[in-house]
Amino acid sequence: MKGRPVLVPAVLLLVLAGLVALPWWGSYFALFLATEMLILGLFAASFNLLFGYTGLLSFGQAAYFGTGAYVAALLLRDIGPDFVWVLVAGPVAAALLAAVIGWFCVRLTEVYFAMLTLAFGMMVYAVYHQWRGLTGGSDGVAGFSITPLVSGLEAVNLANPMHYYFLTLAVVVASGYVLYRITTSPFGLILKSIRENAERAAFAGIPVRPYRLLAFTIAGFFAGVAGALFGPFNRIAVPEMVHWTMSAEPVLMTILGGSHNFLGPFLGAAVFLGLRTWLTSYTDQWMFFLGLILLFLVLFLPRGLLSLAEWRTRRRGR
Amino acid sequence: MSSFIAALLNSLDIGMLLFVIASGLTIIFGVLGVLNFAHGALYMLGAYLVLTAMRHAALPFWAAVLVAPLLVAVFAAVVERLAVSRVYRRHITQSLLLTFALLLILDDAVRMIWGSGYHVVDPPALLRGTVQAFGVIYPRYSFFVIAAGAVIGVGIWLLFTRTRLGRRVRAAAVDRDMALAVGIDVPRLYTLVFAFGAWLAALGGALAAPMRTLGPAMGERIIIESFVVVVIGGLGSFPGALVGALILGLIHGFGARWVPELDIVLPYVGMALVLLLRPQGLGGRG
Repeated sequence: MKGRPVLVPAVLLLVLAGLVALPWWGSYFALFLATEMLILGLFAASFNLLFGYTGLLSFGQAAYFGTGAYVAALLLRDIGPDFVWVLVAGPVAAALLAAVIGWFCVRLTEVYFAMLTLAFGMMVYAVYHQWRGLTGGSDGVAGFSITPLVSGLEAVNLANPMHYYFLTLAVVVASGYVLYRITTSPFGLILKSIRENAERAAFAGIPVRPYRLLAFTIAGFFAGVAGALFGPFNRIAVPEMVHWTMSAEPVLMTILGGSHNFLGPFLGAAVFLGLRTWLTSYTDQWMFFLGLILLFLVLFLPRGLLSLAEWRTRRRGR
Repeated sequence: MSSFIAALLNSLDIGMLLFVIASGLTIIFGVLGVLNFAHGALYMLGAYLVLTAMRHAALPFWAAVLVAPLLVAVFAAVVERLAVSRVYRRHITQSLLLTFALLLILDDAVRMIWGSGYHVVDPPALLRGTVQAFGVIYPRYSFFVIAAGAVIGVGIWLLFTRTRLGRRVRAAAVDRDMALAVGIDVPRLYTLVFAFGAWLAALGGALAAPMRTLGPAMGERIIIESFVVVVIGGLGSFPGALVGALILGLIHGFGARWVPELDIVLPYVGMALVLLLRPQGLGGRG
């Protein structure tokens, strides 16, 4: 970061400006795609707080993402509060769930941690899938309409995709900023020290487990933010949003973009969804080509797409 | 009583099949340190190749069961040489991702070749129908699977404990560099082990073909079940794979009968309990 204080903020500002102006230069379809990219980018970034910063590979983040989506959908279907409360309740429920599950999971590390988060993730999946009375089983929670952001605020109509896009953009940028500040705070530095060497961190007097638990809860909270945006965006919450295959998506996106860089997961999500959209316009077998691309990335670009840009800027800086 | 026997038999045929598949996964992890996400896809490939061998090459079932897993093993050996062997020295997440990419490729390749419809494979004439045993009527083919699983298990056990090759593999698993230093061709051995693990997955698929419906999602379920088995048994532990598979078989056999609504969650509860109380697994060395 030090050698190029201007370049990164400049590129970031340019991208942001492009995103803000998108409704005026992009198609209707681009608006939907960008909304999804932003939401899943936030989901991947929340996962990366655990993976890239704390060194914990979670394979069960869909539990918190899905909880955000389900809580949002259930609130809208059964109660119908102002949308702003949906955006509060979804993440808070996800964070609570993450705190309980995390309490068990942070006892383990490495593959064992991954497998335990997978197990809990699938238990949560089973609850949403089997509790038909509340969640409608495999049919999901649907048939709700989007409430106003704040009642009385006539100018914002979230049923309009453009307005929903701007809400998503604002929430994702704000959440991304908070996450970024967390990673650069003393707390974030402690997480990194735990990633580098948990034993040494413990010797230095850092209570490793409580820190891991806090990171797990924060990651769950922001996964819940993404989920609370995703459910209403799709007008449905289905068990697939909680399934382990959904947990695999932020893992792929993060590695695709680069886990060592804060912006990697966002880039990864955009590339992943962009590739998927592009490939599905030619073939139904888009996973085949995605797999091939991923294979080459792991073999030849293990640090992700952003490592390309970094390599070039480092050369120029010299 | 008879429903108890039926549940027990059901547990055994699910368990022995899972044992064959999961032993491949645990051997690959134990020796290579790779958690093979594509294992379920290789299982699926085995089942589909049996289908093709019988329908299009008109091979009898027995020949198909021999040929299909061998083809998958050859394919796996090529994949190991070209891709997997490049990530052994890297962090485990890299091999997880690499095999995940393989899973995506194989899953869609199966859809391209065989379509997304469902298929059924008939058991051979000798094993069709049911037999009456222990007071219950049960498919003859299930008894065959239980017996085949036991024979394969004993075979693997003998291979790893009684043969020179098996001892070399175990030496390489304990200490790769030392094995290299005493003149063992570790890279070739690794290729062999990866192919062997894939062979077991495909053999499981071939044996499962007449019992299960063949569909493009069949690998997705089995990979998670295999993870559960090897975690319960202990990652990398071969006896553990048997214990884990039998436990999972019992969970499904009895759980599905008496608490069907909990059937999808019980394996994960079992896995979480083992991880929390004994993370090295029931068969792993503490």
